[in-house]
Amino acid sequence: MMIISNLLLLVFSEGAEKGGSPLDVNPGVILWTVVTFLFLLLVLKKFAWKPILNSLSERENFIKDSLEKADKAQKDAEKLIAENKANLAKADEEAQKIIEQSRDLAEKLKAQILDESKNQAKKMISDATQEIERKNAEAFSKLKEQVADIAVNAAEKILKENLNKESQIKLVNKYLDDLKN
Amino acid sequence: MWITNPNTVADTVKTVTETAKKQDTSWIMHHILDARELDFAPFGVIHLPEIHLFGFDISITKHVVFMWLAFVILVSTLVFMTKSYKKSLVPKGVTNLMEVLIVFVRDEIVKPTIGKGYERFLPYLLTVFFFILTCNFLGLIPYGSTATSNIAVTATLATISFIFIQVGGMMKNGVFGYFKGLIPHGIPFWLLPIMLVVELLGLFTKPFALAIRLFANMTAGHIVILSLIGLIFILHTYVVVPVSVAFALFIFCLEILVALLQAYIFTMLSGLFIGMAVHQEH
Repeated sequence: MMIISNLLLLVFSEGAEKGGSPLDVNPGVILWTVVTFLFLLLVLKKFAWKPILNSLSERENFIKDSLEKADKAQKDAEKLIAENKANLAKADEEAQKIIEQSRDLAEKLKAQILDESKNQAKKMISDATQEIERKNAEAFSKLKEQVADIAVNAAEKILKENLNKESQIKLVNKYLDDLKN
Repeated sequence: MWITNPNTVADTVKTVTETAKKQDTSWIMHHILDARELDFAPFGVIHLPEIHLFGFDISITKHVVFMWLAFVILVSTLVFMTKSYKKSLVPKGVTNLMEVLIVFVRDEIVKPTIGKGYERFLPYLLTVFFFILTCNFLGLIPYGSTATSNIAVTATLATISFIFIQVGGMMKNGVFGYFKGLIPHGIPFWLLPIMLVVELLGLFTKPFALAIRLFANMTAGHIVILSLIGLIFILHTYVVVPVSVAFALFIFCLEILVALLQAYIFTMLSGLFIGMAVHQEH
């Protein structure tokens, strides 16, 4: 023990004698370190750390808020798009329905018009037929009258010229029979 | 054999130290140790004022000057950053770089290590991180000096961490509750005295480890670089120059990593210890 302590004492005393060793503690430096460090701590705490850390947290909050806002905006936009899509689909369906309805209507209308025109045409044809028949009958009766007249006139003429009564009557009857047929 | 004769041992040590004294190591130590002047060789030397107060030597030293430089750099950069935030919340340039570090410390170090109620310790841990980082980097620039390679500085920083750990734990759990919480549940009562000693010792080893780790890491890199460069002059040949320079460059790149890493580790462990003190149930 004594040897070691002697040895250490010798080594350190020799070291200290000559310009100092790195292990020397200078009380002045301790004092100045305390003063400098504590002053630095106070100054930085007041003028640097507080504002800097506040700015940092302010910015962090700002970024967080912005991200949240962006997220919300995106969700809103997505909702809007979905809504728009639904609306569009609905409108499409409606349009389809309207087209279908109008097509039906048109079809019905077409059928109706066609029917009507067919009926009208039928009626017109039948009217025309009746008219023609009536006119025919009329013409026939007129013709009959005229023929009778002509025949009578012709008979008169023949009679005037040839009064062969029996043969003439026979002849007339024969003509009349022919006319009848 | 020699153990039986302490005088022989003392003589041997004396010879060794005397030969060591003849080997001049001041050219390395000059770059590692604190000094009373700023050496801007070959342009000149600025002597720093000596101040004595109540019998204490509180002279301004090189490391103190570089701590103040770190102070000025940090305050100006971070205040500039707050101004740029006032203009626009979108970061740009230096603000962007600092923001990456601040958000890293907040989200990757402080939040996971402390957990609930981390906001309270955030200013302290951010300050510690940026202060150590700036001091580490100041040691890597020409004419720079690493204040964090001074054991007095790292020990003070560790002590401040220690105070934050203890006070944080006591404020959350109460003074009595805090010390009660140090002892794990469910151990046999006869183990209590041992556990008490172990746990109390544990309280002090944590900041001790913090101080030594930072100090050793920040000192070692510089010594290695200087040794590699010194190889040229020791071997008296130009042949080793490419090797020395290449290795020194490699170590320098490593030191950039170490500068970041040590700031991270100091902050992370401080946060971890604060978290352990605050949430004792885990």
